[in-house]
Parts: sequence; structure tokens; C-alpha cells
Amino acid sequence: MSLLSKGTDAGAVWVDDRLGSSNFVRRSLNKVFPDHWSFMLGEIALFTFIILLLTGTYLSFFYTPSLTEVVYDGSYVPLKGVTMSQAYASTLDISFDVRGGLIMRQIHHWAALLFMASIVVHLMRVYFTGAFRKPRELNWIIGVALLVLGIAEGFAGYSLPDDLLSGTGARIAYSIALSIPVVGTWTAFLVFGGEYPGVAILDRLYSAHILLLPGLILGLITFHMMMIWYQKHTQFAGPGRTEDNVVGSRLFPTYAAKAGGFFMLVFAVLAALGGLAQINPIWLYGPYDASQVSAGSQPDWYVGFLDGSTRLMPNWEIAGFGYTVPLNVMIPTVVLPGILFTLLALYPFLEARFTGDRDYHNLLDRPRDVPVRTAIGAMSITFYLVLMIAGGNDVIASVFHLDIISMSWVLRVSLFVLPPVAYFVTKRACLALQRSDDELVHHGIESGTIRRLPNGEFVEETVPLPAVYRIALTGVESDRPQLEGATAHGEEGKPKGPGYGDQHVVEGAPERVPGFFRAKRRSGPSDTSAPRPEAAMPELERSGKPAPPEQ
Amino acid sequence: MTTRRTSEQGTSVQKTALRRRKRASSYGVVLMALAALGAVYAVLLAPQSLAQEQEQEQQEPANQSMQVEEGRQLYLNGCSTCHGLDLQGGAGGPSLIGVGASAVVFQVESGRMPLHAGVQQAPRKKPRYSIEEIDALAAYIQANGGGPQLPEGDLTDGDLQLGGALFRTNCASCHNFAGSGGALTYGKYAPELTPASARVVYSAMQHGPESMPRYSDAQLTEEEKKAITRYVRFLAESGDVGGADLGRYGPISEGLVVWVVGITALVGLTLWIGARS
Ligand code: HEC
Ligand code: HEC
Ligand code: HEM
Repeated sequence: MSLLSKGTDAGAVWVDDRLGSSNFVRRSLNKVFPDHWSFMLGEIALFTFIILLLTGTYLSFFYTPSLTEVVYDGSYVPLKGVTMSQAYASTLDISFDVRGGLIMRQIHHWAALLFMASIVVHLMRVYFTGAFRKPRELNWIIGVALLVLGIAEGFAGYSLPDDLLSGTGARIAYSIALSIPVVGTWTAFLVFGGEYPGVAILDRLYSAHILLLPGLILGLITFHMMMIWYQKHTQFAGPGRTEDNVVGSRLFPTYAAKAGGFFMLVFAVLAALGGLAQINPIWLYGPYDASQVSAGSQPDWYVGFLDGSTRLMPNWEIAGFGYTVPLNVMIPTVVLPGILFTLLALYPFLEARFTGDRDYHNLLDRPRDVPVRTAIGAMSITFYLVLMIAGGNDVIASVFHLDIISMSWVLRVSLFVLPPVAYFVTKRACLALQRSDDELVHHGIESGTIRRLPNGEFVEETVPLPAVYRIALTGVESDRPQLEGATAHGEEGKPKGPGYGDQHVVEGAPERVPGFFRAKRRSGPSDTSAPRPEAAMPELERSGKPAPPEQ
Repeated sequence: MTTRRTSEQGTSVQKTALRRRKRASSYGVVLMALAALGAVYAVLLAPQSLAQEQEQEQQEPANQSMQVEEGRQLYLNGCSTCHGLDLQGGAGGPSLIGVGASAVVFQVESGRMPLHAGVQQAPRKKPRYSIEEIDALAAYIQANGGGPQLPEGDLTDGDLQLGGALFRTNCASCHNFAGSGGALTYGKYAPELTPASARVVYSAMQHGPESMPRYSDAQLTEEEKKAITRYVRFLAESGDVGGADLGRYGPISEGLVVWVVGITALVGLTLWIGARS
């Protein structure tokens, strides 16, 4: 037994002596988390959120959420003597007169951008590996809620300094609310406490930004983590890894040490950005003034796709009965995100319905093995990217000296043409990759040794693929006799339907021998036919090196 | 408008007015002295300076005509193919009669003129002429038709705070909040302002090149133009608070950096950690 795990035991005994919970503590510390680089992407989001809370707390000591007018008298000379809101003046003070204020502001803002980016990357990992499948659909929905809350949180923060950009943002939010038929005016007045800009909005944004939204996010993250705890993390196929076990490192000490180190790395990257790269230079934007607007007024990147959809939308309106419904605002900023986020949240159910797959899945898919899903993902990313580019069309046009009007037309066409192209290209690529995998599995690796046959023919010798790789590629442990020869597609309980039948590699072999396998199967917590997982899983969890396959 | 003029600026205005009044009265004194007391008294009073001023008064027209002549030569060599031998314009370029010295300073000092044929919007280039030559060209064109001229003295002698507010109201909509430039329709663009000298900034406002509006002295007074010029130069010269400025394009470049630097670095690190376990 290593020194460290001796320490663990001692710690567990210490806690046990006081709390009498040895079983739980020991079980928790011995919990196993699978190793794969892509499982750390969610951690980036988690760690940046912690950094956001810490830096945000510091900023809240000095920020004043008030639109009361004051005359600025701080160190930034070009604004000295200018009348501005207290909110803007206090943000200038944080930037120029509070010790450590500017770097905290910059780390906070970079962390906000990184938080959203890491959520998106994490979402893509979960999507492309099929980690959202039963039984993890609920955690996927929580994830989508976190994504939406993150956007709202970022938008509220962006509006707080009351500089030219944030004021422009709030004004756009107001007109978006107004554009909704019937309830629009009412909603806008409710949110803003009257006509724009009003005096209430900043207070409200501030409470939302430092209390309501972070509270909700924190609560949902906790729930997200508890679900992972309870359902166990998924893993990729590999030697000894089955639908019923978890192979990885123990939570303590290996995983904890790794995660702690990774937190430091995330913090280091953010500190470097905050210290070396200027972000949101509000002193250049100037105080908010309704008569001013700057070229290249843009939202932060995670709202950019909505800005883009607005820029691409033709200028349509419906008028009648004394009302005007501004479709040019409502469709791109209310209807479109409504549809997109609903589809995203429902995706696990849509896919299950389409494929008829109602099985539990604790082993992940390799993206190439599910060409249709991967292609849908690529299609969606392409659609999103076109919208993002459209959101920055004026800056792009100005940097590359393009004509902004023809650019808009190219983007409008691209929005409908490129996603299907991405779909077909990705699907082809997946199938080609499957074929080359098959090659490897069936013919082995080219050894480079050329042999001459008696008849004069030259052949290259191949070496069989090492078991580790073969299992990773096929998901099948061929040393289990009962699995041999299982090569069929689209068997019972397997993905069916268009595209999913394209899965080329052997998968889902267990169904070949249902009697034997099902008997041992413990797929997930809500499978009532199986023993309670918390009781049963610990023995199955393994640590360290891949264990020999279960008997 | 959230800005008030500060007392600092008020005093600077008073100072210039005072300076002008001083200069005018000293001429008067000198003339009176000349008329009343003659050369001897004058020599006794201030021998050197008076002699110099006399000399200057005689030389100024001569100097000016020399400058105009030099400008004419430069014009005939470099500009007349497009703008016509008598500034009347032609197939290659518009008439320059009445455009004023300020337009010439803008176009030539920013390197836009002489034009390379066939561009939609004359781009900024390295200027072809020296400041003296530019002034000569300007004097020549000013002498033939008049038009707006740059004021004398320090063009950045304005109030920085006022300049900032006026810049955000009048210029930021095209040139962006920090003068980084922006796109206009049909492939046209408002250029970045960092490379523009004070003379070019001031003359741009008087001249209104391409789709930029012309700001007459009624729209923006001389002091206001000087204030804006000072702010534009401040933006170009001020160091960057808080690190590299990422081109001052606003949230677009920030988003790009988060993806290209931030996420890429961290995903690289996860790969590195993943490979080590
Ligand atoms: C190759 C032809 C060409 C040459 C050479 C040329 N110009 Fe021009 N110039 C133009 C054209 C065309 C325009 C109008 C287009 C524009 O404003 O960009 C113009 C515009 C101008 C204007 C602005 C006129 C207005 O009404 O706004 C000035 C001033 C000017 N040129 C000065 C000069 C001077 C001084 C020179 C010589 C150093 C010169 N140009 C050489 C073609 C030329
Ligand atoms: C309607 C948009 C618009 C507005 C408003 C505007 N400009 Fe311009 N500006 C332009 C365009 C277009 C050009 C390029 C002219 C050319 O290429 O000949 C330009 C050129 C300039 C240049 C020359 C830059 C160089 O490359 O040398 C300066 C300086 C300038 N503007 C200053 C200002 C100032 C100061 C204001 C505010 C008082 C202002 N502009 C307002 C559109 C605008
Ligand atoms: C505040 C934002 C979020 C945080 C802090 C967060 C954090 C995490 C962490 C640390 C994990 C475990 C490690 C990993 O698999 O990467 C995880 C897993 C998971 N996340 Fe998130 N996440 C967030 C948003 C999302 C989003 C937007 C989605 C999808 C829409 C999502 C869906 C999931 C799912 C389904 C799992 C289980 C994955 C598995 O077991 O393989 N999460 N999350």
C-alpha cells in the first residue's frame, strides 16, 4: 500500500472517529473517475466559475450600481471633470484608483468569456461522445439551463459599467422585449421599471448579476455534479471497461491532485490574459450617452450569434390594427434562440425517438461511429459560426476591406447552404475513418517488413493490432468467448434508423447473449431490475491500470 | 451632452485672444513710431527687432510668391495630368479651384494624392512630398480660388475632455470609439486614425473627404476642432492601460483571443495531462 493511500486511510479514520461515517467517506474517497482528456473540459467551466465568484466579490466591494450623476475626479485625465453616472465613475475608479482593481476587472471579464467558451467546448464533448444518452438526459438539460443562465449572467455583467457599449446593449435588450407581440410592452416595462432607460434597471441587473443568477448557476452546478457522482462518469471502451464498471483513478489522492493542479493551470491562463491583454477598456468607450454610438459596437462573443442573426434578417414588419410587429427584431432575437435552445435541450429525446434506442449507455461513442449524430453536430456548429461571423461583419469588413453589403448577402446564402454541406462532408469523413479502423482491426498494422513469396510476389507483413487499441476501436473484448463473431449491426436495442445503422464497427455485442449479460447488468440508478447502484457499484469500480476483464 | 467646459479651457481661450491683441497693438505702435519719429528714433528705440520686422514685412509677399511659384511647379509636375493645367479639373480628377489649402494638406500629407489610378477610395500612403513642398502646393492652390485653410498655431491646443466627448458624438460612429476605423457601405471604409498627424486630423474635418461629412466652423468651432484633434492624437500616442490593446476593435477581438489563446491553451493542457496518465 502506498504512503498516500495510507494517509487516506488515516484521514478516513480521523473523520470516522468524529462523524462515524467511515463507510461513506471511504467510499467517496475511493470513488473512481475515468481518465480521458476530454473529461477535463467540464472542469475548465467549473474552475473558471470559481474564479468568477472570487474576482467578482472583489469588484463588488468598489462598484456602485447607481445612475446618480457625479463629476468624475479620478486619475484618468481625458474624463476629468466630465459628468457621468456613479456606476461608470466607480468602474473607472476600479480601473485606475483601486489597488489591483484593473487586473481583477480584466481577469473577471476574461474569465466570463472563457467560462462561456469552456461550456460550449464541454457541451460539444458531451454531444459528440453521446454522453447525454439515457440515463444522463436530465444532466444534459441542466447543462442547457446552465448555458442559458451563463449567457444571461454575462449580459447582465456587460451592462453594469454603464459605458457606451453596455448602454447600447441595454437599449437593444429593451427593444427586443418590446418586439414581442401582445406582452412585449408589458414585459419591457416590467423589466426596466418603466420607459427605457429608467432608474431601476441598473439596480435590477446588479442584483441579478451578483445574487440571483450566480445563485441559480451554483445550485445547478451542484446538482450537475451530484448527478455525475450518482450516475458515475461515462468512459470510452477499453480493456476491462464495460457498461457496468468504471475504470480510472481514485478520487483521492490521484484525481484530487490532478484536478487541483488543473485548477492552478486554469487560473494561470486567466491571470496571464488579465495581466497581458486589455479587455473592455471602458475609459475609451466613454460614459453612456444616448446620442452616441461607436462603429463596431459588439456584444461579448456568446451573444454575437444573436447580433449576427439580426444583421442578416431582412427588414420585415407586420403592421395592422394599430400595432406593428417588428419581425426584423423578433424573429432573430426571440424566435430563433427559442427554437435553437429548445432543440438543444430536447436532443437526447429526439435522438432516442429516432433510433428507437432505449438502452442505458455508460460507454461513450467515438464520434465516427455515429456518423449521423456527428454530422448533425457539424451542421449545427456551421450554422452557429455563420451567425457569429455575421455578428462581426462590420469589423471583418473594415479589417479586410470588404464590402459590407455583399458580405451580408454571401452570409445569408451561406447560412442555408453551408450547414448541409458540412453535414454531408462530415458523414463521409466518419465513414471513411470507420473503414480505415476496420482495416486496422482486420489486417493489423503494416510492419514495414516486406516478404517475398515463393511465387515471386512481394507482400508486406502485418502485425495484429495490440489488444488495447483493438478494444478501443471496436468496443469488444474478443478474449471473452461469448462475444466472438459479434459483428452484426442494428441489433435489438441498438441504434436503428437512417444513419445510425451506418455504425460500422462491432458494437453492442452483449445483446447477442442477452440471458447471460442482462443477468449481471446494472445499467443505471433507475433500472429497477438491478440492485441499487450505490450499493453495488463500489466493488465494480476499479482504479489504476486497466484491470483484467471481469469473469 | 455630459461635458462642461472646464475653467482650464476658458483660460486657454483667453490667452490666445490676449496674444492676438498683443500682436496687433505692437504693429500699431511700430507704425506710429515710424510715422512720427522717423528712422533715427526708431533705431534708438529698438534697433535690431525693428529692422528685422521691416525686413520681414517686405519679404513676406516675396516669400509667399516664391512659395506659390514653387507650388505651381510641383503642381504642374505631379498633379496637373489629372487636375488640369489650371486647376480646372479634367478626366482624371476634379477641379481644385476653391478646395482650399486645407484639402491639399489632407490629401497630400496623408499620401492619398498623387493618386494611383483606379482605386475606389484613395488609400493612405507614405507621403510623396515633404512638409515644405506640401505647404507650397497648398499655397499655390490657396492663391487660386481660396477656400478653407488650417488655422495658425498649435492645432492640438484644445481641451482633452471636450475633445473626447465631441469625438464620441461626431466621429466614433464611423471611426470607432478609439479611432480604429470601421466599415461603410459599398466597400468604403472610415480609416484608422492612429497614423494621421494633427494637420491631417484637423484638415480632415475642414475638408470632409469621401463620405466623411465636412465640419464647418459653424458646426464645430476652431476650439472644438482643436480639442478633437488633441483627443485623436492622445488616442494615438497614449500607452495601453492593462496590457496589449488587441487592435482596439472591441469585443470581437476579445472573443477571438479567448478562443484562439485561452481555450486552445487549456485544451492543449488537458491533452498534456491526459497523455501523462
Ligand atoms: C492620377 C490622377 C491624380 C493625380 C496625379 C492627383 N490627383 Fe488629386 N484627385 C484625383 C481624383 C480622382 C480625386 C477625387 C477622388 C477622391 O477624392 O478620392 C482627387 C481629389 C483631390 C483633392 C480633393 C478635391 C475635393 O474636391 O475634395 C485634392 C485637394 C487633390 N486631389 C489634390 C491633388 C494634388 C495636390 C495632387 C498632386 C500632388 C494630386 N491631387 C494629384 C486624381 C488625381
Ligand atoms: C460618415 C462617416 C465619418 C464621420 C462621421 C467622420 N469621418 Fe473621418 N473619415 C471618413 C472617411 C470615409 C474617411 C476616408 C477619406 C478618404 O479616404 O479620403 C475619413 C478620413 C478621416 C481622416 C484621415 C485618416 C487618414 O488615414 O489619414 C481623419 C483624420 C478623420 N477622418 C477624422 C475624423 C474626425 C476627427 C471626425 C469627427 C469630427 C470624423 N473623421 C468623422 C468617414 C467619417
Ligand atoms: C456551468 C456550466 C457547466 C459546468 C461547470 C459543468 C461541469 C461539468 C463537469 C465538471 C462534468 C464532469 C467532467 C466532464 O465530463 O467534463 C460534467 C459532466 C457533464 N455535463 Fe456539464 N457542465 C456545465 C455545463 C454543461 C452543459 C451546457 C451541458 C450540455 C448541454 C452539460 C452536460 C453534461 C453531461 C451530460 C455530463 C455527464 C458527462 C458524462 O458522464 O460523460 N454540462 N459537467
